[in-house]
Amino acid sequence: MSVQVSHLVKLYGAQRAVDDITFEVRAGEVLGFLGPNGAGKTTTMKIITGFLPPTSGEVVVCGYAVADQPMEARACVGYLPEHNPLYRDMYVREYLEFVAAIHRIPQRQGRVEEMIARTGLTSHRHKRIGELSKGYRQRVGLAQAMLHNPQVLILDEPTSGLDPNQIVEIRQLIRDLGREKTVILSTHILAEVEAVCTRAVIIHRGKLVADDSIEALKSRLSGQSVVIVEFGQPVEAALLKALPHVREVRSLGNHRWQLIAAAGQDLRPAVSAFAAERRLTLLELHKEVLSVEDVFQQLTR
Amino acid sequence: MSAVYFKEINAFFSSIIGYVVIGTFLVLMGLLLWVLPEFSILDGRFATLDTLFAVAPQVFLFLIPAVTMRSLSEEMQTGTLELLVTRPLTDAQIVGGKFLACLTLVLFSLLPTLLYYFTVYSLGAPPGNLDSGGIFGSYIGLLLLAAAFVAIGLFASSLTQSQMVAFLLAAFLCFFFFQMFDLLSRLPVFFGKTDDIVQAIGIQYHYDSMSRGLIDTRDVVYFLSLIAFFLAATVVSLGRRRW
Repeated sequence: MSVQVSHLVKLYGAQRAVDDITFEVRAGEVLGFLGPNGAGKTTTMKIITGFLPPTSGEVVVCGYAVADQPMEARACVGYLPEHNPLYRDMYVREYLEFVAAIHRIPQRQGRVEEMIARTGLTSHRHKRIGELSKGYRQRVGLAQAMLHNPQVLILDEPTSGLDPNQIVEIRQLIRDLGREKTVILSTHILAEVEAVCTRAVIIHRGKLVADDSIEALKSRLSGQSVVIVEFGQPVEAALLKALPHVREVRSLGNHRWQLIAAAGQDLRPAVSAFAAERRLTLLELHKEVLSVEDVFQQLTR
Repeated sequence: MSAVYFKEINAFFSSIIGYVVIGTFLVLMGLLLWVLPEFSILDGRFATLDTLFAVAPQVFLFLIPAVTMRSLSEEMQTGTLELLVTRPLTDAQIVGGKFLACLTLVLFSLLPTLLYYFTVYSLGAPPGNLDSGGIFGSYIGLLLLAAAFVAIGLFASSLTQSQMVAFLLAAFLCFFFFQMFDLLSRLPVFFGKTDDIVQAIGIQYHYDSMSRGLIDTRDVVYFLSLIAFFLAATVVSLGRRRW
């Protein structure tokens, strides 16, 4: 196990920012860390990197407990924090050489050149970081995280603020890294999780609400059948809820409703019969295909 | 620690800060000691550098806070501190590297004043007629004072994200430790009773004592303790995110 997080709790005053989170990540996995803003993703990542101490619980990275052997644990983690902080006055090469010096990397120059080439910074290596565009700065952030060839990479929203082409490149880079290393990346772009990750952890209000492979999450989604219906007149939610097999009812406004039933249950006949019986005008009735968005929304509502 | 040290040194000399600090110090010292009549060595009629050691701390009082104000505040403000402290470095190594880098810059600004020594040395009648021992002691004292100011400045910088606040706080603390205890000791509460103790808490008392050319262990221990205290306070303050 490259990263083991067990029963992590972080309190900010009375607020439980992280509430008893437990998960593990192995080498060769890219773990997507999902959740709405303020769910506790960044806090969890800061605890894994050792920037913040947990209120209780433990994090073990590459066999080193972050609390007891911080230096060893930090040496095997590469970290790209949210907002990608960099020294704007430093030159790209100078900065990477500084990072290499901290990590005591042998053959510093060669390794720095290699990372510059790998992240596509070759033509910008003699510029000041402050002069770079956001996409290139993000590459510098990735380069510093990967420079010491860490076993574990923690990337907090690595593709935020990039243009579509850059996003594709960075995702490819992360996928390549994920073959041998352990990557944990947070994002709220769900398509990114589908494109890059092998597994996803969804947290909501500090609690872990899902931890599964992408396929399992999708099938969990398809484990439900959803029908969207729009009536011409107001209807009470309780009446819809009383229909056979209906598990959940959600109002979409304007007399539109989302009805959720167990997999394999088609609610459409029942709904149309209901409308006929009550003399309601049926404006729309269709079966919806669930996306990762829906699963996400259901779990984090 | 050496990586942080060299990074900071590079930051001073690849930006304008390093040159401004050294330039300001030397221009001020040159004007005060050789040109303006108030403290002029040439008009003093004695072959002595006393005015250098009287004026230099006053200049350091605002110059050193200007050197140290950005060292931690800026990292906190831009978020780079988060990356720095999650690398395999202890907080003490980060503070140590920054302390030595700031001190080196101050040392560079002080180094050219050795020329003043040789000037006064050869202007003496007969040449060489000056208190070299006293001057040597004064230089040691000035260095220790500068190191204490740097430690205080780093501590102030570790308290706030704002460089402006860090500067003002550092200047105030430096002034407080340098001269305030001397002034306080003249209050009726202390005067004639414990005024010597109150005085001995301040920097001035020990600095003056070293200027006499006598390197007293007590003074050296005082300075080293003061520096160690503020460096330790900086390390503690840097670790406050863990509280």
